[in-house]
Amino acid sequence: MTVQANDPALSLNAGGGATFRPLLEWLARRAEPVVIGSAAILAGLMLFSLFILAIGKSPVALFQLMYTGGFGSWFSLQNSLSRAAPLLLTALCVALPARLGLVIIGGEGALVLGGVAAAAVAAPLTGFLPPYPALIVMAVASMIVGGIWIGAVGFLRHYRGVNETISSLLLAYIAIALMNQLVEGLLRDPASLNKPSTMPLPPGYMIGDIPGMDVHWGLVISIIACVGSWILIEMTSYGFAARMAGGNVRAAQIQGLPVGRLIVGFTAIAGTFAGLAGMLEVAAVQGSANGSIAAGYGYTGILVAFLARHNPLAIIPIAFLLGGLEASGGLIQRRMGLPDATVVALQGTLFIVILFCETFYGRFKVFNPDLWKRRT
Amino acid sequence: MDETNIGLWGVPLAILAGAIRVSTPFIFVSLGEAITERSGRINLGLEGTLVFGAMTAYAVAVLTGSPWLGVLAAMAAGAVFGLIHGFICRFPRVNDIAIGIAMMQFGLGFAFFLGKPFIQPSAPKLPSIPLGNWSSYPQVQAALNINVLFFIGFALSLFLFWAFRNTRPGLILRVVGDSTDAARAMGINPDRVRLLATALGGSLAAVGGAYLSLYYPGSWNEGISSGQGLMAVALVIFARWNPIHCFLAALLFGGTGALGPALKSVGVTQGYYLFYAAPYVLTLAILIATSSPHRALSGAPGALSLTK
Amino acid sequence: MTKLLSMNRRNFLQVSAAGLAASALPGLTPGTALAQTALTVGFIYVGPKDDYGYNQAHAEGAAVIKAMPGVTLVEEENVPETVDVQKTMESMINLDGASLVFPTSFGYFDPHMLAMAAKYPDTQFRHCGGLWQAGKHPANTGSYFGYIHQGQYLNGVAAGNATKSKKIGFVAAKPIPQVVQNVNAFLLGARSVDPTITCQVIFTGEWSLAIKEAEATNALVDQGVDVITCHVDSPKVVVETAAGRGAFVCGYHADQSPLAPEKYLTGAEWAWGKVYTDFITKAQAGEKLGNFVRGGLKDGFVKMSALGPGVSEKGRKMFDATLAEAMTGKLSVFKGPLNDNKGNAVIAADKAYAEDAIDLESMAYLVEGVVGSTS
Repeated sequence: MTVQANDPALSLNAGGGATFRPLLEWLARRAEPVVIGSAAILAGLMLFSLFILAIGKSPVALFQLMYTGGFGSWFSLQNSLSRAAPLLLTALCVALPARLGLVIIGGEGALVLGGVAAAAVAAPLTGFLPPYPALIVMAVASMIVGGIWIGAVGFLRHYRGVNETISSLLLAYIAIALMNQLVEGLLRDPASLNKPSTMPLPPGYMIGDIPGMDVHWGLVISIIACVGSWILIEMTSYGFAARMAGGNVRAAQIQGLPVGRLIVGFTAIAGTFAGLAGMLEVAAVQGSANGSIAAGYGYTGILVAFLARHNPLAIIPIAFLLGGLEASGGLIQRRMGLPDATVVALQGTLFIVILFCETFYGRFKVFNPDLWKRRT
Repeated sequence: MDETNIGLWGVPLAILAGAIRVSTPFIFVSLGEAITERSGRINLGLEGTLVFGAMTAYAVAVLTGSPWLGVLAAMAAGAVFGLIHGFICRFPRVNDIAIGIAMMQFGLGFAFFLGKPFIQPSAPKLPSIPLGNWSSYPQVQAALNINVLFFIGFALSLFLFWAFRNTRPGLILRVVGDSTDAARAMGINPDRVRLLATALGGSLAAVGGAYLSLYYPGSWNEGISSGQGLMAVALVIFARWNPIHCFLAALLFGGTGALGPALKSVGVTQGYYLFYAAPYVLTLAILIATSSPHRALSGAPGALSLTK
Repeated sequence: MTKLLSMNRRNFLQVSAAGLAASALPGLTPGTALAQTALTVGFIYVGPKDDYGYNQAHAEGAAVIKAMPGVTLVEEENVPETVDVQKTMESMINLDGASLVFPTSFGYFDPHMLAMAAKYPDTQFRHCGGLWQAGKHPANTGSYFGYIHQGQYLNGVAAGNATKSKKIGFVAAKPIPQVVQNVNAFLLGARSVDPTITCQVIFTGEWSLAIKEAEATNALVDQGVDVITCHVDSPKVVVETAAGRGAFVCGYHADQSPLAPEKYLTGAEWAWGKVYTDFITKAQAGEKLGNFVRGGLKDGFVKMSALGPGVSEKGRKMFDATLAEAMTGKLSVFKGPLNDNKGNAVIAADKAYAEDAIDLESMAYLVEGVVGSTS
């Protein structure tokens, strides 16, 4: 399937001379993920259409509803963005350690404990602190708890040799048990009779919506976190060292890089993001910590991070795409009578195809200016 | 009345019975994953295979009236899942961990989608062997009323332990798992070995699912698995890819899981969430105690991306 | 978007035609008939619609109103208690034109339904649970609930007659007042037969987790319990496991008798069909829906499953007599003197709570005879 040298992009370049060349090269390199990604999404949708046809429903109707429900109107767009917001931070919790070669799948644990921590510190502050300082204290508390929780995974990995995938998963189950025990015991608001919860935040402590939108400020905070993480990885020496260590731990150690500090540092930063996601769930959506904050955002974040190839900027569109798919799930149930699992099945199909198509990266000459014929 | 009341003795008995009842899915999934990982590939998506297997087994058992046909159908479905995973992962630049997570979503989605019509009907259950008839205590009888699959799982763990060391396929599997290049040098096609190992792993994981839906708890619904598939994959690392250790780890995990309900039934009821977390805490504690920063995970297949 | 809107309009016209046809019936003016046709009703479930339990009970109720003329039913299942449910409500209102929404899970109320009610003051929201308070919550919201603890008391009467070991068991999700009330009522029903009976309760901590429910059931049977009931979202696993171990079972939420025809004694079922029909009838007639709707066996909110073959003749007589008393609305399950299982007096000797007593809704104690604790 390799594209031959005489394709239009190249012949265009042949006539244009040196002026267009840098622009074309820039475009070509940027076009690769977009073109391959879009083709993969199309292929995935076609595959799923076969299944929908096989059960006697119309794929056209399905895709129309997906568009309407996820992206087709201002309401639907906001719906998708609201669902994407918590995924950005939980995806970062996977993507950052992944740069060091660590597979962490327990962000859910840091999220729920971050949420509990935020709710716990808010209760005694009520009435003493004005909203903004209080929110900052809550955010810091959640980030400390989340950072310790996932940082411990990194610590155990480096200093005890404990596999980070299994320890983070175990810690996630333990965190959820702790959260339940606290919410139904020590931290329970006695007035929360049939839905055990912590003391509700006073309305002033709630994070509001972005002006003119139906989406809370958590989305902006999360996007800033993604951009910040990208800068950290791509533009700082710390990030460069981490990528080195992720490539080859032993080589990095020989070069004198502080691998232990990098691993603990990156996992702890990852944990602060997941913890912050918990605080946002409490302060922007639920209004208190309770069992509902363990909604699986930590697990969905794994998928987002892998689809984004652990690139913090790519996490943003991928989370939005996923949010859109989930937003359209309701319409698909209501209008087509298909089960709620339709969206999950479609996600699975789509993601397998998208991830499979990674194999095509670097295979098309058109995207690789280094292989273009030089005319001098 | 009194002759059936065994009081506090019920606790150890319940833990034993619980270990046997709850562990079987963990045994099958972890043995399947051990085979796959020994070949140098990881399949994180066995949770999806397990749930799809549970649905397939239940559906086929409902339709045909035979639970064993259900198990066979689940194995076939699991093998297909494994083949898909194995086929995709042989391409360069494809990340097997990521594909595993996508396969999990795929399996769950299609299991729930296709399983909707089978939530209501009742399926015939897999038979069990009543080994406790010598006892006059119904509790002992119940505890020793053990499903055939448990024994198959036990036998399989012994067989795999032996086969990994002493058979030619076992040797080939380990060579491929330790070094792709070495395998090629020996004239072995690593992709084909991994494809077969992943398919085998998938079909065993699906048997774990069939046990859930056709024996214990013995019902098909969307909450049938509480993450057994994912946890079993983790147990493989915990068990250091040793099939007998996989079996023991599964038993330990199942037994500590039964601790909570057993203690509560005799009136120890404080902090029940913490009791339910006991299996995870214990596994983590053992893992920390037995790991060492100075040596790589002993027994880890060299080509495995998760432990590189 | 425009396409969908036009589709809605087309549907609307079709139903309007049906409504006009109905308006030929005497007593209905065309005006009210047109008002009827506009009624799109949204139902939201926290789990699958066919779980043999909580959600199925609501979905069966929804199926009843689906057949009513002029009603368009839109349903969504497996909606978590997060921003998802807010968006689902909004989507039903914005895209489907729902004017009456039933978010059926307890956890949908605060903050999710309240937030949407403030945003859409023209839409009516009715929530299953007893949470609505006048003055505190918006007028376009409301609660409905049933006194199902009376059903559990009747379960207890059947259980008390069937138990040989004098130990009965309860598999419960979380130690919250609604559940605790049911546990206590089940034991008190059994103690009305034989005051030496005890009830062991195991909390699984989750509303729906098959393997823990099966383990809890086995643990109870291992301790000699021979009649089991439960309060979890989907009783299917408890019923099948208990019957498989040879114990009798009492059902909950919906009729589970097909799962264990021999061992099923009776069950406390919701009868939401009637409740929802009442709401729709009022909405179509342009009447106020009511903000705080509750009822028990007498009102048809709750019903009992038919007695199974395991109920003795004596048991049947006692059950029928108690049921008859409950149907008058006069049965008092919680009356003094009553101690909790730590020995504290919780209800004084001269006090008897009626089924609708508001104090019962904050019950946090397990009564004497229940083995277990709420923390």
